Order: sequence, then C-alpha cells, then structure tokens
Amino acid sequence: MHADPKGVLTGVHFLDGDHACCEGTLAAGARFAAGYPITPSTEVVERFASRIPTVGGVFIQMEDELAASITIQGAVWGGAKAFTVTSGPGFSLMMEHIGYAAMTETPCVFVNVQRGGPSTGLPTLPAQADMMQARWGSHGDYGIIALCPNSPQECFDLTITAFNLSEEFRVPVMLMLDECVGHMTEKVVIPDAAAIDVYPRRFTHLPPGEFRLFEPREDKVPDMVRAGDGYRFHVTGLTHDERGYPSMNVDTQNRSVTRLLEKLQPFTGERALSETANLEDAEVVVVSYGITSRVAQRAIDMARQQGVRAGKFRIISAWPFPERHIAALAPKVKAMVVPELNLGQMVREVERAAAGKCKVTLVPHAGGTVHNPEVILKAILEAVR
Amino acid sequence: MNEQTLEIPCTIPADAANPVEPFLRMDRMPHIWCPACGIGTTVNCFVRALIESHANLDKVAIVSGIGCTGRVAGYANLDSFHTTHGRAIPFATGLKLANPELQVVVYSGDGDLFAIGGNHFIHAARRNMDLKVICVNNLTYAMTGGQTAPTTPGKVISATSPYGVFEPAFNLVALAEAAGASYVARWTTFHVKQLSRSMEEVLHKKGFCFIEVISPCPTLYQRRNKMGDGLDTMKYYKQASKIRHGARTTECDMTKSGEIIVGKFVDRDRPGYFEMLHAQMTETLGDRYAEPEVMCEQC
Repeated sequence: MHADPKGVLTGVHFLDGDHACCEGTLAAGARFAAGYPITPSTEVVERFASRIPTVGGVFIQMEDELAASITIQGAVWGGAKAFTVTSGPGFSLMMEHIGYAAMTETPCVFVNVQRGGPSTGLPTLPAQADMMQARWGSHGDYGIIALCPNSPQECFDLTITAFNLSEEFRVPVMLMLDECVGHMTEKVVIPDAAAIDVYPRRFTHLPPGEFRLFEPREDKVPDMVRAGDGYRFHVTGLTHDERGYPSMNVDTQNRSVTRLLEKLQPFTGERALSETANLEDAEVVVVSYGITSRVAQRAIDMARQQGVRAGKFRIISAWPFPERHIAALAPKVKAMVVPELNLGQMVREVERAAAGKCKVTLVPHAGGTVHNPEVILKAILEAVR
Repeated sequence: MNEQTLEIPCTIPADAANPVEPFLRMDRMPHIWCPACGIGTTVNCFVRALIESHANLDKVAIVSGIGCTGRVAGYANLDSFHTTHGRAIPFATGLKLANPELQVVVYSGDGDLFAIGGNHFIHAARRNMDLKVICVNNLTYAMTGGQTAPTTPGKVISATSPYGVFEPAFNLVALAEAAGASYVARWTTFHVKQLSRSMEEVLHKKGFCFIEVISPCPTLYQRRNKMGDGLDTMKYYKQASKIRHGARTTECDMTKSGEIIVGKFVDRDRPGYFEMLHAQMTETLGDRYAEPEVMCEQC
C-alpha cells in the first residue's frame, strides 16, 4: 500500500541524517516513538516530538532506554508502528528488549547512531563498533535485520525499508547509522506519498478461535493481531508453542527458535541489499558500509587511476550477512579489503564467507574520525601486489 | 426458620462450573503456584471485580512482569502480555498510548515492580498514566527461591539474608502516594471482599491506581521464618490487620510480625496523561494539533 500522505513531507530538503531518518519514520507510518536523550542520536526524536503533534501520534520521553525499548513494543501490540532511537550505552541497555522483540516476533525499529566506545567512549564522534552487538547483543539464538545507510538520503529511504522489513518478517530491524552519517547535511528528496510503498501489518483474516498467534505461514512468518480486537491472545518471552503458551518442551524450543533464524535466510542472498560497482573486471574488491564506504570510494577511484582493477561491494543489509554474495565473489578476485571504524568486526564475516578463496585484509580504525583514503589505498595496493 | 432452607444439594450438576472459569485459560491448568500461595486468591478477587464492573473483556488487557505473580497474565483469558523482568509498566504504557480504549491492568510482584522496575513505577505515577497496578506483595523473591526483596521487613531470614535483613524496606503505599498515584489501597489475601471492591473501584477510576496485596509465600517466606502454614498466615492477617481508610501512608510501614494497616489511603483526581497532552498541545498548536491516531491501518 502507499504511504499515508499526512506523514510525508514531499519536496527537496537540506537535512542531516538524523532528521532524514525521522522523516522516514513518518513516511513509513510510524505514529509512536519512545526515546531517551543520548548523543549523537537525539535529533531523530527531537524532530519527531516537533512533527508528530500535527501529524497525529505520540512521542513519549521515557525514564531510560530500558523503558523506551519495551514501551514501543507495547505500542506495537496496541496496533502502532513504533520505533526508538539511541547510541552507544543506550544500545547496550536495549539488548534485553531486542531479544524480547525477536522472541515475540514484534515488528519494530531500533535506530542506533553509532559513536565511539566501549562504555561512554566518544559521545560526539563516529564509530562502527556496534555491528556485532547489533547481531549478537541479546542472549540466546535469534535473528535480526540490520541496515547501514551512508547518506541522509539513504537515512530516509532505508528507514522506510526498515519498517517494511520489520512488518514483513516480524523482526526488530536495526538501522545502523554512525555519527558522521547522522550529522552530515545533504540534499534529501522526499517523493509523493503515492510513490512510497509501505508494507501493511500482517493482520490475520482468521476469526478468534481459529487463529493461532505463532502459527507460521508458508514464509515461516506468522500473522498478527492487536489487543482489543477480541482475540484474547497471549504473548510471552518464554519459549512458547504456536498458541503462544509457555512450553518447556525441547522440541518446541528447537522448532520455534530455529524458525526465528530460518525466516531470515533470504537475506543471505536474494533479499540482501547491496551496492556494487566495477565487479566484472575486479582483481580486488573493497567491502565496506556506512560512512566508511564513502571514504572507500575515494580509495577505489585512486586505485583505478593507478591501474589497479578495484571494485566496490557496499553492504547495505549487514545482518543477516550477505554471505552468498561474498562467497560467489571470492573465487573471482585476488583479495577483499575491508575498512571499518572498528578493530575488526564485519571482516570476520567476510573471511567466513570467502572461506579462503581469496585474501581478506582488514583496515581497522578505532573510531573518532574516518579513515584517511590513503590508508585504504595502501591496503588495496598491497592486496594485489 | 423453615427447615427446608437448610437443605443442601448433595449432588453437583454435571454442567456446574466455577464462575471464574470463563475468565481463565482453563486449558493451562493446573497453575504453577504452591498450595496456600496467595496469588490465586488475588486472581479470584480480580475476576470477581471484572464480573461486577461489567467491563467489556475484549477491551481489557493484562500485563505482567517476571516472577510468580508474573504468571498471572498467562492464566487470564484476556489479551495478555508476559513481558521482561521489571518492564510491565513501560510495556503497558505503550499499549495504553497506542490504544486508549483499552483498560490496561498491570499485575506483578513486589520484586518486579519495586526493585528492577522501581524507576518505571514512580515515573508512570508521576505521569498519572491510566494504568491499574496490582502488586501481589509476598515480601520476597519467590520464583527464584526466597531471596531478599526491597519489601522484605527487617529481621526476616531469606536465602540471601541468612542472618537476617538489616536494610530498611520500601513502604509501597507511601511511595505510590509520593510519586503521584491517584488511588492507593492495601489489603491482605484475608480481605477478599474488600480487595475485590478495591479492584472494581479502580476499574472505574481514571489515572494511575495502585493496590498492594499482602500475600503469603508459605513455601519460602513463612516456612523459613517459622511463621507457620497458610492457615496460620490467614490468622495472623486477621489478627494483625487494622482497617484505617485514609491513614497517612507514611505511617503504614510493614514489619515482620506487627500490625498491618490496610484500607484505601488515597483517592484523588489529578489530570491524566492524555488530558495534559491534549491541553498543552491545544494551547500551543491550536488548530494545527491533530489528535493522536496511533494505530496503523488494517490491511
């Protein structure tokens, strides 16, 4: 279905990534946000707090991130599309509820504008060091989707994608900005509402009595209901059967937890989002994401000028990791160079997917600023030597 | 007296059922609670309050945290949510804000609501969020084996205070009043009629309402402290309780074996969260203010 025009600020704007993300939430149909202030992400909900009273919805500033990350899930079961926004320490506090959303298959969006860590770290400076936390931060086995925009325009576009995927797959979706992308200001084009696709909630068509809350459809994803519609359903973070009732049965555990991962399998291949260039003749491929992909682009251009056949693989959906794409690419190239604003996170996934078919080189950076393109260029040149 | 009125039917009709059954998920019975535990008594009172209040049960949602009382949501035949430890109130806040038509009841224990979840309790009371919070206070962490809670009175022996509790305990009713609750009452599981009535009363009252129910944990609290069995606890509740409506909540501390002040302590009208939201936005935005329509479209 199309976006509700009430939330769509159609036009050409000059926005930073945080504000563009906020416009994306409104275009996607989010009418509920709960947040707690933390740099460098607060601008998203500040704008939402300013915009939502004239669009028709609710923003509530909660007492902490523990509250914000579960308040949105209450709102979702009440029928809302909802999200929260945070950074660094706040993301750490939200981990339990990312697990709750995964276990209860609650569609919602967590925006994390990454800053330097660990602990309080570098509150106002960039990093990409929460990538593994986004995937593995809550206890137990579960799956999530994570998207990495690299511009304010993409902050808008991918926020809508994040909501759509969370509804389609009934998972929490992590929108992984970084401080640079969140605070850089660029042109953002917001189309007409009619040109924006919004994935509707998968409300069941079955009547109460016939409907089972966690009975998966063919795509392994169950349909949904909301409170107040007469279904008298039960939601629990305990391991539960298809009725939603708690179960200590090991077969139920195996069946239900396995499905949480299996339903996201398409993102390892055909549903993965990426941007590629010059892969046809590439001898070396730079694999990057977020702000680092823009620095990497400069290094790739410089390498090409020096006659090195460098290609680009920009990860947009980082989780589930697009391993089938990387696995297909690895035998065709000499090396993959992976710059990231951390000391080695997504590079491990690249290594795992490449499975020894090509050399994989990390270009680490502890965060606080971006790479110097010369450093990435040097790694490219060394990789093909 | 006509002798016939004393006749008691000696056979139970085949279709006879407990009047609370339609309100419970009978396919989940038996429940997990121990013999003489007070939680079931409170659930019985809650169901009777629902019956008396004539509430549309499709519009009543119940939210629990974690613990023995946290299991109440799973047995109630309502839209029910068993959330994470301590977070029933913020979950309920989101549910209520998304669909203000819902009557949202938070049903949880003292450890869940006042230790790990204490911050959420005071903030929801401050906001006067339209939630009905029922706290079954068994003065201990029961599910995990009887450890010290922020409500455990001094001198009590617990799994983590083997030489006796020395930290002061929270006085829940004083805390609720100070934080801004619109309604505050305390009963014990001996006071089933009064508890039912209080529960019915809050189902008709707007704003943040709080009912504390002092309840036995015979397995882990009474036994460890040589306080007898479930029946002994009922006798203690009967003897030690003093009904003092309107009592100063700051004088209602709980002790190990002393007086228990019960009754309705606070019943006041403060503007609710939505009222305050609408008033502020209308004042500052005028015609530009759009009333919240939070729910997404049915497909």
